[in-house]
Amino acid sequence: MLSYILRRLGLSAAITVLAVALLFLIIHMIPGDPVSTILGPKASPELRAALEARMGLDRPLPVQIGLFFMNMLRGDLGLDVFSNRPVTQIVLGQVPYTLVLILVSILWSAVLGIALGCYSAVNRNSLGDRLTGVLSVSVIAVPAFVVSLYSLLIFAVKLQWFPAIGAGAPADWGDQLHHLVLPSLAIGLSWVGYIARLVRASMLEVMGEGHIRTARAFGLPERQITYGYALRLAILPTVTVIGVGMGFLLSAAVFTEIVFSRPGLGKLVIDSITTRNYPVVMGSVLVSTLIFVASTTLADIVNAILDPRIRAGK
Amino acid sequence: MAVLDIRDLSVSYATPRGALKALRDVTMKVPEGKITGIVGESGCGKSTLISAIIRLMAPNAKVGSGEVRFKGEDLLSRSEAEMRALRGTEISMVFQDPMQTHNPVLTVGRQMIDIQYRDKLSKADKRKRATEMLALVGIPDPQARLNQYPFEFSGGMRQRIAIAMALMAKPSLLIADEPTTALDATLEVQIIKRLRELQDEIGCSILFISHHLGVIAELCDEVVVMYAGEVVESGTVRDVFHNPAHPYTRALLECDPGHIKVRTRNLPTIPGNIPDLVSLPTGCIFADRCDVRYDACGARPVMATASSGHQAACHLIAEKEPA
Ligand SMILES: Nc1ncnc2c1ncn2[C@@H]1O[C@H](COP(=O)(O)OP(=O)(O)O)[C@@H](O)[C@H]1O
Ligand code: SF4
Ligand SMILES: [Mg+2]
Repeated sequence: MLSYILRRLGLSAAITVLAVALLFLIIHMIPGDPVSTILGPKASPELRAALEARMGLDRPLPVQIGLFFMNMLRGDLGLDVFSNRPVTQIVLGQVPYTLVLILVSILWSAVLGIALGCYSAVNRNSLGDRLTGVLSVSVIAVPAFVVSLYSLLIFAVKLQWFPAIGAGAPADWGDQLHHLVLPSLAIGLSWVGYIARLVRASMLEVMGEGHIRTARAFGLPERQITYGYALRLAILPTVTVIGVGMGFLLSAAVFTEIVFSRPGLGKLVIDSITTRNYPVVMGSVLVSTLIFVASTTLADIVNAILDPRIRAGK
Repeated sequence: MAVLDIRDLSVSYATPRGALKALRDVTMKVPEGKITGIVGESGCGKSTLISAIIRLMAPNAKVGSGEVRFKGEDLLSRSEAEMRALRGTEISMVFQDPMQTHNPVLTVGRQMIDIQYRDKLSKADKRKRATEMLALVGIPDPQARLNQYPFEFSGGMRQRIAIAMALMAKPSLLIADEPTTALDATLEVQIIKRLRELQDEIGCSILFISHHLGVIAELCDEVVVMYAGEVVESGTVRDVFHNPAHPYTRALLECDPGHIKVRTRNLPTIPGNIPDLVSLPTGCIFADRCDVRYDACGARPVMATASSGHQAACHLIAEKEPA
């Protein structure tokens, strides 16, 4: 187990390095240069050169990437162009909002999706199964920002059941939770459908396997067969999908945070892109990437805990 | 008395082409304390027959008629709950593919303890019993191996585990569906020997399915020969193998020149094809491939007695039958 985790972490580290280098290059290719943004178009060449030197932009690209890595490892992502505050501090201040939003969304949608998937698989072709199928496919087709807008209009503006904007008072858990409901509904809804479909398909596949027939031939209770024997296996692909899905949730969070004016990484990225605040863009995208890599790593480790064959590298 | 007494059992599968009549009027017995073999080409309905016995059938299967009497009681009229109470206690199963038999993510020990869920024993006692069973089927260091997962065992070992699990509850009837077909010949011999010894020890009856004549000859007391969903011959191994009455059985044994001594891995192939089970021919089911068919064969033959306890479904036998 330990060796598997170490190997997996090594892989994640390699992926991170690659992703960061790629990110660096992409940001560099975005049109518009940061120096003009900061100093304005009429700045003197001397001033421009001075700032370029301070930001390290006058060095060759590989050196810039190398320096960026060194600084990143020290937790230094540069300074905000406008406020001169450390980017690390700004970005980390927003991470909890997004993380909570994503985790709550994935939690409720996974629990509901898995339950519906099991129900559909066990009651295959029943009315309930068909209904779940139709609903699942419909919600998968609806993008998060559409759900955001409509839920905002219906539940916040018209019915006024939930607050429309913000993340709630900092010290008030109940208020924060209240503010989470609509955004996490928006992000999680299509995942319910997706996970339900996925679990149904893999449950049906597993239920047709020989070992389930064995379990039945020994007269094991059907409940135990479904949840103890079949779901235990059918859940494996779902865990992987949830791990990868964190990436999609991060991008869905961008829209949702804007619609609900929620603080968070998504909002930070958009705000800093529109102001060409490159260090902040870089910092927030970097942290999103790290979250994504961490969640896929975690999913693989959870799978290794659930499946001995993965642990043994078979 | 017979533990299992099957009478006129017919099973069909719903298919897009129409009803596939997989079993037609199957009548056979498994005598108490004996090993009964079923032999027949692949597709002749062996697996369908046992799935009907323990009532774990494919969703598109339908029992048309007949009775499956276990200790005198018809299983087909039992409720699902009553059937479940029987499975793994009175009747247990060993399946063909040992690589598919166990749940891949649960330890062997956990699975062996789970199937004892009906017993009011402590977990430690259940574990102890599982250890004993593994030792009995010849798994070295059983105590430690209980903590391992199926993928850590070879195919032969997994089939031993399957047998250990099936015998743990000391069932009255063990049904084994081609348990050694997926294994190599040496392992096959070892497992057959062990099974024979265990049967002696436990005293259960065994219904053993195989398409391997040598194995049937070696292991079984009685044999039932099936062809295309029908029983064509049944009797003691001695009678059937040394004095085959049905032309199909004769063809099988003739194709296997060393007879049953030579361990042919598969059933010898005889010329011709099995009839289409969706649109069955009228008359004798074997007529197409039979080299001694004659005018009477246009009508379906019934089981006739060749000698005491030895029967075959062929007009030639019926003619010779002592009136
Ligand atoms: N679920 C099913 N649906 C339709 N046909 C089936 C099904 N299962 C088995 N059959 C058919 O029934 C016949 C008997 O199959 P089976 O009992 O598996 O034979 P055996 O075990 O002797 O090889 C074969 O013709 C097979 O194709
Ligand atoms: S009944 Fe006729 S066709 Fe059928 S096996 Fe006997 S001789 Fe052959
Ligand atoms: Mg079969």
